[in-house]
Amino acid sequence: MLDAYRENTLFFNSELCRGCGMCAAVCPHGVFELRDRKAVLVRRRACMECGACQKNCLAGAIAVESGVGCAAAMIHAALRGRKEVSCDCS
Amino acid sequence: MNELVSLTTQPNILATTSRLTRRDRWDHFLVRVGHRRGEHRVAPGLYGLGRPSPDSAVFVTGNYTLSFDALRSALAGTDAYILVLDTKGVNVWCAAGKGTFGTDELVGRIRLAGLSAVVKHRTLILPQLGAPGVAAHEVKKRTGFRVVYGPVRASDLPDYLRARDATPEMRRVRFTLGDRLVLLPVEVRNRLLPMLIAALVLYFLGGLTAALAGAACILAGALAFPILLPWLPTPNFSTKGFFLGGVVALPFALWAAAGHPDWSWWVRAGHAVEFLLAMPAVTAFVALNFTGATTFTSRTGVKREMSAYIRPMAVTFVTGAALAIVFAFIR
Repeated sequence: MLDAYRENTLFFNSELCRGCGMCAAVCPHGVFELRDRKAVLVRRRACMECGACQKNCLAGAIAVESGVGCAAAMIHAALRGRKEVSCDCS
Repeated sequence: MNELVSLTTQPNILATTSRLTRRDRWDHFLVRVGHRRGEHRVAPGLYGLGRPSPDSAVFVTGNYTLSFDALRSALAGTDAYILVLDTKGVNVWCAAGKGTFGTDELVGRIRLAGLSAVVKHRTLILPQLGAPGVAAHEVKKRTGFRVVYGPVRASDLPDYLRARDATPEMRRVRFTLGDRLVLLPVEVRNRLLPMLIAALVLYFLGGLTAALAGAACILAGALAFPILLPWLPTPNFSTKGFFLGGVVALPFALWAAAGHPDWSWWVRAGHAVEFLLAMPAVTAFVALNFTGATTFTSRTGVKREMSAYIRPMAVTFVTGAALAIVFAFIR
């Protein structure tokens, strides 16, 4: 059976990593760990694409297509013919 | 004037306490039942908690009452500054996703409050969930303030401040039964109007059982699904919803299959199949819409799920509804 959440767009280039540990600090799902002054992807599958790691990586070693994982927002955007999907919940 | 000048005489610093009043709790209750959800705001700006000195820590949050109140009540007994960003009354995590809890807003608030003249140090403690909107290194470059990310939950702040570090547990977002239960009033409220309309229409078309079936499959998605989420089989919200909807449809199908002994067997079977086709599709759709309320679904995952399951939902629902119409005439 399909597991829609098995893959995601998280990309990490460990050669660029300077070992600041910010990614491990900001990730709410423990995707990164700092080992021997380098970040390591330890729970890649748990990534929810929030974009916090990429935003706080000063080395530019992380790329992820971040966005809201919300079907209601996507349906809403599709119904209104909008390309931009944003959450309208307050 | 001596140094013990009252905070309120400093025009750019508002005073607050860590005590939650009955009025605050009433406000929290209204938030949880979804009453005027965008209007639970505090004024953005710099607040003094207790009697802060130029050495006191600075905490940053959004101008949503639940966020602000969680922070100030967790800091009971601490003298500190709280910098409230204008997140348009939205919680920190969602605001960070939208960018309103963001680098530009933070930099602007630091300047507007004249923070560098208020405190001697150059450190800001941000909630970890503000990180999707804030680039710490950019804030440092533009203001000189170093951003450190505190724990996910404000309630962990006392331990965090004692240890001066967050444990891996403090850094993790959870989605516990309690977290899911507090969402139920809003989930049900959001489905109430469609549910009443569906039940009313179904009552006139097919009687009480049809009306009950309509309400049951929507309530299954809005009420039972969030509670049962981790225990439902399969990895996707849609398939979990199909499963749950199937379970809820079963008594209706059995009722149709067993009832009316004067009907021929295939009319009864067809009647049962209506419920088994139409109801799970509705529950699955409501379940899919719960993705955004959770703490772990990715955009990629939800997209894949939608492209895989929206069509089966539509097909089974329409087939079930068509069968219902056909059998209504045969009967």
